Amino acid sequence: MIMTTENKILKKESFSTLIDKLISDQKKVLGPVKNGDLVDYALVNAASDLTDDYILTVSSAKSAAFPKIEKLLSFTNSKEGSTVTDVDFNNLPELVIVGARPCDANGFAALNAIFTWDYKDVIFTKRLEKTTVIGMSCSKCDDYCFCTSVGGNPGSTEGSDILLTRMGDGNYLAEIVTEKGSKFYEAYSMFFEPAGDQAKDSMLANVPVKFDHKEIVSKLDGFFESEVWAEQSMRCIGCGACAYVCPTCACFDIQDENKGKNGVRLRLWDSCGLSLFTLHTSGHNPREVQSQRWRQRILHKFSYMPDRLNVLGCVGCGRCSRACPADMNIIEHLSNLMEVKK
Amino acid sequence: MDDLRKKAKELLTENKVGVVIGYGQGSSGRARAVFIKDPDKTDQLIFNDKCVQDLALYLSKAEVKKMGKMAIVATVPVMRAILVLASEHQFVSDDLVVLGLSEEGKYVPLDDFKAVEEYLGALNIVLSEEDRAMIEKINAMSLEERWNFWQKEFSKCIKCYACRAACPLCYCHRCTVESNQPQWIPVAADAMGNMEWHIMRAMHIAGRCISCGYCAEACPMDIPLHLMTYTLIDEIKNDFGALAGMKADSEFALSHFKLDDKESFII
Repeated sequence: MIMTTENKILKKESFSTLIDKLISDQKKVLGPVKNGDLVDYALVNAASDLTDDYILTVSSAKSAAFPKIEKLLSFTNSKEGSTVTDVDFNNLPELVIVGARPCDANGFAALNAIFTWDYKDVIFTKRLEKTTVIGMSCSKCDDYCFCTSVGGNPGSTEGSDILLTRMGDGNYLAEIVTEKGSKFYEAYSMFFEPAGDQAKDSMLANVPVKFDHKEIVSKLDGFFESEVWAEQSMRCIGCGACAYVCPTCACFDIQDENKGKNGVRLRLWDSCGLSLFTLHTSGHNPREVQSQRWRQRILHKFSYMPDRLNVLGCVGCGRCSRACPADMNIIEHLSNLMEVKK
Repeated sequence: MDDLRKKAKELLTENKVGVVIGYGQGSSGRARAVFIKDPDKTDQLIFNDKCVQDLALYLSKAEVKKMGKMAIVATVPVMRAILVLASEHQFVSDDLVVLGLSEEGKYVPLDDFKAVEEYLGALNIVLSEEDRAMIEKINAMSLEERWNFWQKEFSKCIKCYACRAACPLCYCHRCTVESNQPQWIPVAADAMGNMEWHIMRAMHIAGRCISCGYCAEACPMDIPLHLMTYTLIDEIKNDFGALAGMKADSEFALSHFKLDDKESFII
């Protein structure tokens, strides 16, 4: 629920003590951690594990509500039949995501639309309910960022329960955005201070607008048979990197793994870019070649989702382009779509 | 480069090939694969230190094959991948035109696979100092340290299979990991699933790896997984004296039985 934003100040030294307090309160804290040359989300044991030296983490924050491995049930087979034991999702721990960029925070809206579309996914919903998002505005961006082209911006409060913006003095402006954010603030108000008039705009990265997403959405209608898909995707090598780092990709696979008589049923990330994704038992594959899979990826995000779920399936983080081994660049491909004739 | 562009243009103009696969300018200073059909667009071809993708992987891609006879810009790793693929009967010399590029980026005319073999035979093919140092560092580790090193690296794996897709020698239409009746390799990207996948991948490439290093380049999680197959190159060389990708009719150590094979491991 969106409320009128209320502003506070979180002093830079209070930021660390707040994180440590959350951990000592038995909350799980997911935030950006340096791992070799890359920065990625990880559960932290102390505020000192976190880094602020990143434009974006390699992966998105989606694993908070849609982990790469979700155990759905366990089973035991015997001569008499199978015994199934459900997983109890009623006692999930509270999770706080710190340092989520506005694009990442916004990604949960798209995921939520998918997971509650025709059926309310209990596991996703319960995980999301237990998640508090403390976003962090962007002061830097790179060539791959395009949030401003898909309705976002580097200081957007959408999706965050509380949004922090690092101000010139190193302290954080804390915008309390949602009811969940208010409750969080009430529980930890000792760490915050009143804010005077603070304008965050000058602290934000300048992310240039590359295209108009509304024009893309309307242009894609009737673009299914275009040759542009094959032209763009000739160099796509058909891996799942783009989907797995994407904050809004929600495809999954269900697999049973067993050892002897005991086993588990797992929900695992999957990708429409992989050839096996649509392969039928008969051997027929309706998306036989990579260009058809590439078309699916773009149409799903920029046509089917806006059409059916009223939400764009892209938040402009650019992770897919950064992660792509073949330099498939989403900004370039979407801009290029605007130039081609139907 | 001008010689290469000229040759590419000539091949397309005279309809000797349907497509030239090469490197072109990518985004933010990166290089990317380009597929040139129009003779007037051969000036798109570039070569610089960003051209690290092993283009030979596209020789197995259905949509590229449909573009007609292929000419491919081939750096040393690409040439070697081509010879492995030829050894595995994926194509014969007449199926493609190899546009050789020396390590300095100079065009090397190569008429057929025989010429590729001769060119490679004259080179001293060794791993980079950086990779060699890493392999020595890992080999010097105790069993436990080495286990922990790889466990830590594999914990980052998300099983996107970019390593598989990037490898010119991983061209199976149906990979072992995609079988679930029976399920040979755990599908989940957890400790066991990731380790089994990476060991299986390394074993399938053992003695076939041509050290292009593109598996590690492709990995979004920066896992140095090329070091596994590079280590196996040493093992195969020491035990069988074989180096992959030097001949178009190689018999690979681990897939060919010979009467005089060492059997010391049986005792």
